[in-house]
Order: sequence, then C-alpha cells, then structure tokens
Amino acid sequence: MHPTWTALALSLKVACWATAIALVLGVAVGFLLARRRFPGRELLDTLLTLPMVMPPTVLGYYLLVLLGRKGWIGQRLQDWFGINLIFTWQGAVIAAAIVAFPLVFKPARAAFETVDGRLEDAARVLGISEAGVFLRVTLPLAWRGILAGALLAFARAMGEFGATLMVAGSIPGRTQTLSIAVYEAVQAGQDDIANTLVLITSAVCIAVLLTAGRLAPGRVAHR
Amino acid sequence: MQFDLDIQKTLRSGRRSFHLNLRLQSDSERLVILGPSGAGKSQALRAIAGLLRPDSGRIMVGGAVLFDAAQRINLEPQARRMGYLFQDYALFPHLSVRQNIAFGETPGWRNPGTQASSEGVERWLAAFHLDHLAHQLPGELSGGQRQRVALARALVAQPAALLLDEPFAALDPDLRVVLRGELDRLQRELALPMILISHDVADAEVFGDHVVRMQDGATEGATEGAIDTLDGPALILAEKQTQE
Repeated sequence: MHPTWTALALSLKVACWATAIALVLGVAVGFLLARRRFPGRELLDTLLTLPMVMPPTVLGYYLLVLLGRKGWIGQRLQDWFGINLIFTWQGAVIAAAIVAFPLVFKPARAAFETVDGRLEDAARVLGISEAGVFLRVTLPLAWRGILAGALLAFARAMGEFGATLMVAGSIPGRTQTLSIAVYEAVQAGQDDIANTLVLITSAVCIAVLLTAGRLAPGRVAHR
Repeated sequence: MQFDLDIQKTLRSGRRSFHLNLRLQSDSERLVILGPSGAGKSQALRAIAGLLRPDSGRIMVGGAVLFDAAQRINLEPQARRMGYLFQDYALFPHLSVRQNIAFGETPGWRNPGTQASSEGVERWLAAFHLDHLAHQLPGELSGGQRQRVALARALVAQPAALLLDEPFAALDPDLRVVLRGELDRLQRELALPMILISHDVADAEVFGDHVVRMQDGATEGATEGAIDTLDGPALILAEKQTQE
C-alpha cells in the first residue's frame, strides 16, 4: 500500500479506537457528574477538562512518565502482562483518547443535565429498571449532544500530533499517523506528499464537521 | 384502611430547610390534599410513589406496606404500582402517543415499537379518543390531550392507586370542568383509589370524599398526635418552614 494510504488507515484506526474509548468513559463520567452530588465534583470536572487546554506535549510527557518502562503504570504492565505501550499504535490510541475525552464528556454532562428528571421518575414509577430508564429515556434524550461531541472528538483524535509523537513516535507504517506524516514530509522537503496528505486530512475534517453540525442539539428531527 | 400515611422528611437546600410532616388515615377511595404551592404536597406524593425516601414513618396504600422505617421496608418505585400523573404530565417527548401509553407494558431495555399494541393500549387509546393521535409526538398535542395520554399511560400499567399532582392546573378553565367530569366518571368506573393534590378548592368539591388541608407553617401544635378519622374535619397536617 502507498505510504499515504497507510498513514490515513492508521490515523482512522487510532481515531476510531480513541473515540470509542472517549465515548464510553465520557458518557459514564458525564452522567455521574450530571446526576450525582458529591464533594469535589467540580474539581473532578476541572481536572478532566485539563487535556483540552494543556499543551499536547505536556500531556505526552505525563503519559511517558506514567506509561514508560520505568513509569508507575508502564512498569506494572510490563511485569504482569509483558505489555509495552510506548512506540506502539495502542500508545497513540491512549494519547488521542485522553486529548479527545473532554470533547465528549463536557457535552455529555451538559446534555444529561438538560434531561428533565421527572421523565426518569415517570419511567421508574411505570416499573422500568434503572438500566432501562437510562437506555430508554435519558440516553435517547441526550444522544444528540453526545454524538456531536463524539464527532468533534473523532476529528480531534484524527489531528492529534503532540502527545502522539511523544508517546508513539513516528515509525512509518506503524505509528506514523497522517498529521505526523505531514510534518515529516515537510521536514524532508517532499512537498507533493505533504500536499496530498493535507488535502486528505482537510477533506476528512470537513466531512466530520458537517456531520457534527447536522446532529447538533437544536435541530430536532421529527420521526 | 385505604390510605395510612405517616411521612416525616427534612429537605435541605443550601441553608434553608423544609420539614414535611404528614399524618393521615383514610378509608375513602378519593382523597384530596389541598394547600397552597410550596406546602409540600408534591413532595408528599413523591414519597408515596417511592421517589423520595422519608426520614421516618410508614406508608400503606390499600393494605400494602410500601414504606416502614421501623421495619426497614422501602419498596422501589418500580415495585409500588402507583399510577402517577405529573403536574406537567412528563410525557416522553421522543416517543409517540402510542409508545408513551405502551411504555409501562414493555419491560426491559428497549422502548416499545411505533406499532406497539396490546389490549390495554387499544382500550385506553379508544377510551380517551386518542386513536387518531396515536402517531403524534407529545409536543404536537393540546393540554387536554396530553393529560389524557398521561392518564392512559398510567392506567395501562394497571396501578394499585392513582396519584395525581395538580392534574388540571395546566388547563384552560373550560377544559378543566370537562376533564374533572371525565376523571370523576373514570374513577367511579374503575373504583381505583386515588390521591389528588391541588391548590384549587374546585377540585376538592368534585373529588373530595375526604379533604385534607396542608399549609405552610400551619398549626405547629398539630404535628403530634392529630390523626384524622374519616368523618372529622380534616386538618391533620403540620408543616413548617424554617430559616436556619
């Protein structure tokens, strides 16, 4: 396969996994923060929003410290399971998931907070279990906001550069994602490759944003 | 005894606290709790439905113990079989009239389909003249239609009792009279025990076989030991709101 397509395929793979992880965790944490009151709730919200504002290289450094061979988590993964995440595409997934996470959990929390608690109560009184209430009332009423966030997270994960480079490096065919390939191409003076990569990236991002716009809250479609 | 209620609950919001203290016994099938807004009527109804856990007391409806602090009994709202009519009806906005009505009959993790049908669903769609609206969303209905859908949704689940929170407050005065008549006939036909809470004396005149007044800060002395009997004048409830 042409290196350009390899980079695109890798970027899509990393972005899909990262979005899936950010989506599951973001929905769970967003729901928790919207529905439960506990001390330190807003502090937790702030900490979890940090990846949105911190420089990705700083995040990447944190991840290296945690996941590296001598890291708190990395050493245990190595000792217990023989897993090493540094310089792997799975490492890139973790970096991208963390950067993308606030883009899911913030809108998810906001979306859950707009769901009227009385609708959930109405379902409970009608005999529906808590899991049923969540899946049949809460989630369907919040999913537009969550999905719009997930698409932004996907776009962000596609474009991730700093943290990914720190954690996964730039191994062509293995960890060299589209955005890193662009950087390498420009560095090497291969303008034609850079042009192709940039056009592909732009097209993917525009498509994602258009989709996100169609799903954004406020555009209520009647079925 | 149809209703045997003894509910104590302190609600806190910031530095304010609100004491709910309701004690009443009634053999009547139609109980009206009358009081101004902010008197705690809705909270009392929520406690009966299991949506608010009292600090202490006991709740019995139709002979079934739903809550008993002393015996550590506290049935989940799902297990209480109460038909609850919320003040603004709380219809599921993403589901059609038919799906709303079939909601309680469909257990599990998935909502009823758009064609969901059963004897109960068809019966109440017809009884409330909702057939032609079955595929509409709640947002497209008038106030009276919404109330009928909410009632149908509660009745399909074959509740042990109906709990009605200001059922007519959201309606035009003319419509109010009509729907009061409908509910009156319906209750008699089904012989379904009901508790209706309202700030409107007219509701008490129609439904009040037994009327209980609930007042903000009313007779603090009546908190203890003032248990109503069926025929007695029905002030049993004391309620106080304190600033701390």
